[in-house]
Amino acid sequence: MKHDLEQLKVELKYEKTNSCVQCGYCLPVCPTYVTMGKETHSPRGRINLVKMVGEGRITDLSVLEEPMDLCLGCRACETACPTGVEYGALLEAARAAITRRKKLSVPVRTLRNTLFKKVIPSRKAMKFIGNSMWLYEKSGIQKLARKSGLMKKLPAHLGEFEAITPSAASPWERSSLLHITPAIGDKKFTVAFFAGCVMDAMFRKINQLSVKLLSEAGCDVILIENQTCCGALHAHSGEIEESKRLAKSNIAAFEKEEIDFIVNNAGGCGAMMAEYDHLLADEPLWVERAKRFSENTKDISQILVLCGGIIAKDCPPQRITYQRSCHMTNVLKVTKEPLQLIQSIPNVEVIEMNDANMCCGSAGIYNIVNYDASMEILDQKMENVKDTEATTIITTNPGCLIQMKLGIERENLNGRMRAVHLVEYLAEAAGIM
Amino acid sequence: MKAITSAHVKEIISIVKTGRVLTNESDRYSYSFDGSFGTYLPDVVIQTKSVEELATLVKLANREKIPVYPRGQATSLSGGPLPVKGGMVFDLSVMDDLLEIHEEDLVAVVSPGVLTSNIHHAAERKGLMYPPDPSSSHVSTIGGNLAENSGGPRGLKYGVTKDYVIGLEIITPQGEIIRTGGRTVKNVTGYDLTKLIVGSEGTLGIITKAVLRLIPKPPASETVMAIFNSLVDAGRAISKILSSGILPSKMELMDQASIVAVENYQPSGLPKDAEAMILIELDGHPSAVIDEAEQVSKVCKEVGARKVSIPKTKAETEEVWKARKLVSPAIVRIKPTKISEDATVPRSKIPEMCRRLQEIKKKYNVHLVVFGHAGDGNLHPNIIADKSDKEEMRRVELAVTEIFEAAVQLGGTLSGEHGIGTMKAPFMEMELGAVGLDMMKKIKQAWDPNNIMNPGKIFPEPGQKLVLSE
Repeated sequence: MKHDLEQLKVELKYEKTNSCVQCGYCLPVCPTYVTMGKETHSPRGRINLVKMVGEGRITDLSVLEEPMDLCLGCRACETACPTGVEYGALLEAARAAITRRKKLSVPVRTLRNTLFKKVIPSRKAMKFIGNSMWLYEKSGIQKLARKSGLMKKLPAHLGEFEAITPSAASPWERSSLLHITPAIGDKKFTVAFFAGCVMDAMFRKINQLSVKLLSEAGCDVILIENQTCCGALHAHSGEIEESKRLAKSNIAAFEKEEIDFIVNNAGGCGAMMAEYDHLLADEPLWVERAKRFSENTKDISQILVLCGGIIAKDCPPQRITYQRSCHMTNVLKVTKEPLQLIQSIPNVEVIEMNDANMCCGSAGIYNIVNYDASMEILDQKMENVKDTEATTIITTNPGCLIQMKLGIERENLNGRMRAVHLVEYLAEAAGIM
Repeated sequence: MKAITSAHVKEIISIVKTGRVLTNESDRYSYSFDGSFGTYLPDVVIQTKSVEELATLVKLANREKIPVYPRGQATSLSGGPLPVKGGMVFDLSVMDDLLEIHEEDLVAVVSPGVLTSNIHHAAERKGLMYPPDPSSSHVSTIGGNLAENSGGPRGLKYGVTKDYVIGLEIITPQGEIIRTGGRTVKNVTGYDLTKLIVGSEGTLGIITKAVLRLIPKPPASETVMAIFNSLVDAGRAISKILSSGILPSKMELMDQASIVAVENYQPSGLPKDAEAMILIELDGHPSAVIDEAEQVSKVCKEVGARKVSIPKTKAETEEVWKARKLVSPAIVRIKPTKISEDATVPRSKIPEMCRRLQEIKKKYNVHLVVFGHAGDGNLHPNIIADKSDKEEMRRVELAVTEIFEAAVQLGGTLSGEHGIGTMKAPFMEMELGAVGLDMMKKIKQAWDPNNIMNPGKIFPEPGQKLVLSE
């Protein structure tokens, strides 16, 4: 028993809980504490639960499950924390420890069949679910989804998701993107573009625009063949081993090319890749390679600013609000560049919403597996969005983009307000189609 | 004191019609701590906005002798909300609906769950100010501030929470709802129960509403930064400024250990070889504060400051105060456990207290850092340790005990603003004397004969000692 507890302490990274002084500074910035209204769903509360398990006061690990499941992983608490608690690492460790101790799931097929049988015969919806399923299979999130009653919930809300699903190419129809897109004009950098799985599956167009923007800004853009998912969804749902495997294959794939930067357009992926060195810290053969990969990983906004911004055409006056990607703010700490680019466009008026740094509730697939909790967070976000009277919401991550589109739908603001990715907005301003 | 039975829980659930009753393990453990030390598991956690429901619950608690623990957002550094004897925790942070600013009466009317910083913002929007400003005001509830009589940097000029409370609504330990004071600054009708309740740490009743006094917001402020080669000189400068006819709004001290910690954490060119740095803020009429800043600079130089500067721009001013803000995060990088004390001495004894603290630091070989609201004698000696090192923690216990002794010997007090709670209870008699403490106990017994309101706080149990090495 004692041995088990020692083992659990290591798995939970118990010693990291000691840097939490329980001051509570994380409470007001935590979306789940604010909407759910109890400490059990606050960062401080979750850390304390891990501590209690590590100290053997709580012996039933399942006590951790719901609080950890309901965490968005936005990591706003890390930004607010005065003592530098590594909450993200603790969250992932707890989820992994829970996952390891649970019985493995029924075959993926069962879930798939159920879903596809229940899904209304709508092609658009099918495509959305199909794309999501692809993710599910890869990630092992189905366990989480099943447990949270996804199968019961999803059909009921399908209409909402359907309405906002972009007409995207499916992930199986691989690329119309060139292997190398040369820089236009003077070449400044050689960059490898990280396509990402959700971006590639659902927002292929945005990826294409990203490559064009980079090339116009002066980058040779390489699309590396063997790249794969960044592993964020896996890591966030306790599948640490799988996320390590993906990280290694990405590192190996990108090492092959002579490049200055690895550029992505999804805050969630960027944050994951920027932490590959943490993920692989225990693997001496990989840690240095991971470190190089992480250091080279940049958000597209950083590279565009580095290249001197974009050249905008004459634009009509627009009122903009910027919904930050949590992982860009709290993990990558990229906060200035997107705003700098937006503000460089003529006639644009940027109105900051209240609680601008608060998560929108998308959080990977949180909005699907924890639908009700997510919608409550979204509704609060939309109140702040509406107060700005903006006509365009700009995001920098696919999950946030879907969620904002859903928010517009829920508030019946279609036609009066739109949600776009920063890349789409910049491309539009630069006249790139 | 009785344990809660399932019949009690049933009755509680039947009373709480508009809120939530939390009984599962993960929820109860999530209300078992605060910002201080120890884990104490409550039997039930109740969240309701209804004062009537809370009053009915208190009646039940009084009848059945079940402990009741009012709690805000548990930022307490003294153990105020810890449910040390189990029972019911009332999570009053949910009572956050009422925040009215009445400009004509110069008062704010608030419910206990409102965040203190929200009161600051609401008042400022009307050109007014609610002066008490604990560092945690963006997290702490006003209810917690009232119960603990919180202070803050501005305490130097403006006083603490109790100086701004003129009326309360409370639930008595018998479950009755009463009102004390009112909306007038002048009010001498009977005993001043308002002042008795404020700072009573939840041992006499549950605050469900408060009327707070507001003042006009000063239009301008100036900052002065002074660096000293000797900590005792810095202490002398503080005393001298305060006797020169100027009352700054803030006066914050950083000793060498905190300067070094901040500079190692986020280098910004602070002098690591200096023994102390003081930051002074003056507020008031624009031309007055400029003049006062000059005078303060002069005094610092006379006492032997090595460098004195007045930041010119807003950005420079923010940079100066940032160093002070970084002390807390910087020092916990050294070791994870922070024991934050708030022993306070009369202003004239600041240099002597600084000297004593240095002695204690050497004697017990502890990592002691001094920073805080020096101007009002509320030095914050913080000890940085590692609670998994039992031997070190025992040395810390001895050092803390001696800090308390030093403060009391110099005519000061155990606690300037954090409260007694569990941690300082063993030292109460040292400051108050046996009879003094007994008079306080008599008040408690008269109000709460069944001892259901926040039992285990303020008054020491027989033989209770300070224990940090669990």
